[in-house]
Amino acid sequence: MQFRFTLSAIDTLSARAELLDASAGGYASFEGWVRDHNEGLAVSRLEYEAFEALAVKEGERIIVEALRRFPIKHALCVHRLGTLAIGDIAVWVGVSSAHRGEAFDACRYIIDEVKHRVPIWKKEHYVNGDSGWVNCERCATAPRRSHDHDHDHDHDHVV
Amino acid sequence: MTTPAPVYGLILAGGQSSRMQRDKASLEYLGQSQLDRSFALAHRHVSPVFVSVRADQAAEPTRADKPLIVDSFEAAGPIAGIRSAFARFPEVAWLVLACDLPFLTDAALAQLLEERDPTALATAYRSAHDGLPEPLCAIWEPAAAAVLAQAQAAGQTCPRKFLIRNHAKLVEPRDRRALDNINTPEEYAEALAALASETRQDPMHLKIQYYALMREQAGRSDETIETYAPTPAALYLELSARHGFTLAREQLKVAVNSEFSDWTRPLRAGDAIVFIPPVAGG
Repeated sequence: MQFRFTLSAIDTLSARAELLDASAGGYASFEGWVRDHNEGLAVSRLEYEAFEALAVKEGERIIVEALRRFPIKHALCVHRLGTLAIGDIAVWVGVSSAHRGEAFDACRYIIDEVKHRVPIWKKEHYVNGDSGWVNCERCATAPRRSHDHDHDHDHDHVV
Repeated sequence: MTTPAPVYGLILAGGQSSRMQRDKASLEYLGQSQLDRSFALAHRHVSPVFVSVRADQAAEPTRADKPLIVDSFEAAGPIAGIRSAFARFPEVAWLVLACDLPFLTDAALAQLLEERDPTALATAYRSAHDGLPEPLCAIWEPAAAAVLAQAQAAGQTCPRKFLIRNHAKLVEPRDRRALDNINTPEEYAEALAALASETRQDPMHLKIQYYALMREQAGRSDETIETYAPTPAALYLELSARHGFTLAREQLKVAVNSEFSDWTRPLRAGDAIVFIPPVAGG
């Protein structure tokens, strides 16, 4: 599986080891971390959940696309689910290739597509006690009125 | 006595559908969009038939494959649609049908045409509910065009008031339900159930799984329901009415049996549906 979920801390060293290849001249990786603020609110923790049956299929499709699009050796994405604390790694992407340029490009492609397409949701819990589903809460109240004018609201799914 | 003007058909599909939150013309009944149903129904009685649309709707797929009359007047609403039809063909009478009458029958249209009075400005059904004329299941005569123009110039936008003020022949409906129009997701769900049971369709059992915001708003992570909803789009309307979902359908994607699906795919018994709110991985 080149895309998978884990409920425990992501083991980046063993993930990196899966990309080793004698013909690779290097590897690039991306780690997404839980930060302590979002949109001006202090964040205390995050909860991630996924529609796993579809998410692993879509994630796998993204990796296959990257392998086809860029001359790279191997690619892997691991996403964590459950409750995460500030500083935890939420997602890890690694790509090995003969040359550095395509490793960076493919790594960027994979994380961008994963954020846009894979059915994963995160709920932010704020220091002030509130909580909210990222990308859902504000758009939940806004479009109602616009439908009175019958213009379809083509909302971008990802910020 | 002069020969009555020929009757053309005009399906009004330029409405705002604001209470439905969906375009009423594209709602499906028994596997066919309301617009296709209305168009075919009118076409069995009059010809040609046109679809009245606003300029910004002309390319919309449900409408684009039919002969269109695009609103040529600034003002919105059914009167603009009817006047635009008269502007295109001033010498004909128009059988005008709204696009939210799922129970309308051949018998009801035949009765209206049979009882037509070409000397009135219009022949309309009298509503079984309030006794007032139903302007959007009616035959509008050519003489109405000039009077409609005056009314609109005077700021009158309600076609029902127009028929109350002017000489209209009113027809008593034999089938009271034929003119029931639907405006809300609840009424749509009821209409689907009624039509399906009349055609002896059995309800389907579907499994719905909920995630994230949808799970919180539904108050459960899954449920098995009995429904007549023919498509994911219809199902979302029905479940929105039941659970009070706040997200508009345009904000969601849908999966059927763990694969992305389009909203108009026919549903089958046993399908597993997931509505996918905006994602936020990473």
